[in-house]
Amino acid sequence: MSSHASAVGSTGSVWEGGQSPYATNSKKFGMWLFLISDSLTFSAMLFAYTYSRVTNPDWPKPFDFSPAIIFSTIMTFCLLSSSLTMVLAVHAMNHGDRKATVRWILATMVGGGAFVVLHMSEWLKLINVEHVTALNNPWGVPLFGGTFFALTGLHMTHVLCGLIYLTFIAVGVGRGKFKAEDVEVSGLYWHFVDLVWMFIFPLVYLMSAKVG
Amino acid sequence: MSQHSEAVEHNAGEVLHVGASISTFAKVWIALLVMTGMEVLLAYEQVPTLIMLTVLLGLSIIKAALIIAYFMHLKFEKLSLFLTLFPMLIFCIVLMLIFLGDAVRIPNMRPPA
Repeated sequence: MSSHASAVGSTGSVWEGGQSPYATNSKKFGMWLFLISDSLTFSAMLFAYTYSRVTNPDWPKPFDFSPAIIFSTIMTFCLLSSSLTMVLAVHAMNHGDRKATVRWILATMVGGGAFVVLHMSEWLKLINVEHVTALNNPWGVPLFGGTFFALTGLHMTHVLCGLIYLTFIAVGVGRGKFKAEDVEVSGLYWHFVDLVWMFIFPLVYLMSAKVG
Repeated sequence: MSQHSEAVEHNAGEVLHVGASISTFAKVWIALLVMTGMEVLLAYEQVPTLIMLTVLLGLSIIKAALIIAYFMHLKFEKLSLFLTLFPMLIFCIVLMLIFLGDAVRIPNMRPPA
């Protein structure tokens, strides 16, 4: 049986199940499936935000160009740069350089941490200065707070989970555990968090920017 | 693709494809930053809403495609992986547009205050 299986594994066609049809490992494929399902969750929330906005002509524009839009642009820069450092971590791990991998993962975490700090300050300004909550706000459009905090809160939760995930990976790689594929899978998750922000930033922040 | 991609030789001659080179990643990063700058400029100029929404969505889709293709390595995976994951995702997202017509009509259906 085993000899038959190994023979099929080396010579069988894709359609006979003799080879991995995606030529990838199961961890990476599992992460891709999770990310696709998570994409649908974020898509649904972005559509909920957009529909709420379209149906409310009085939708507020609470984001002053300075400092809110400048802050969120810096947050975007932090996430984009952390994606670059994550790619470099995967690259270093593929070349077997564990020390460089840990350094690049730590740089990624610095970018992610800066994003969370800036985002929290943005939230606190909205809550304390503008008096926006998930249920109410001064402009009389309660759906704004509900959809805004749900969408950006879910994204921030993903960033925090990513930071915890990367901590485990960095510690493991530093101790000689984990393979290149494990770092690559964590990278997939981190890039996804970056990718989602590429839609939240323009649709939520830039479309509600207030100049002057 | 071949001139920008690289491969690492592992044990017993097994070749592990690791995707693009560092310079390609840096170029993608710069392109993403430039597009982000364009988006912020549009917001600063207060372009009409419909034009702004169209351009912002277009730029976001291009940015997402660059991230998926290069940073998430999908450009260097087998086509079967892309075909398994993305057509149904795009189909489901397009389906979510089904209520857009209703959403646009609702403000006009409200009785005057």
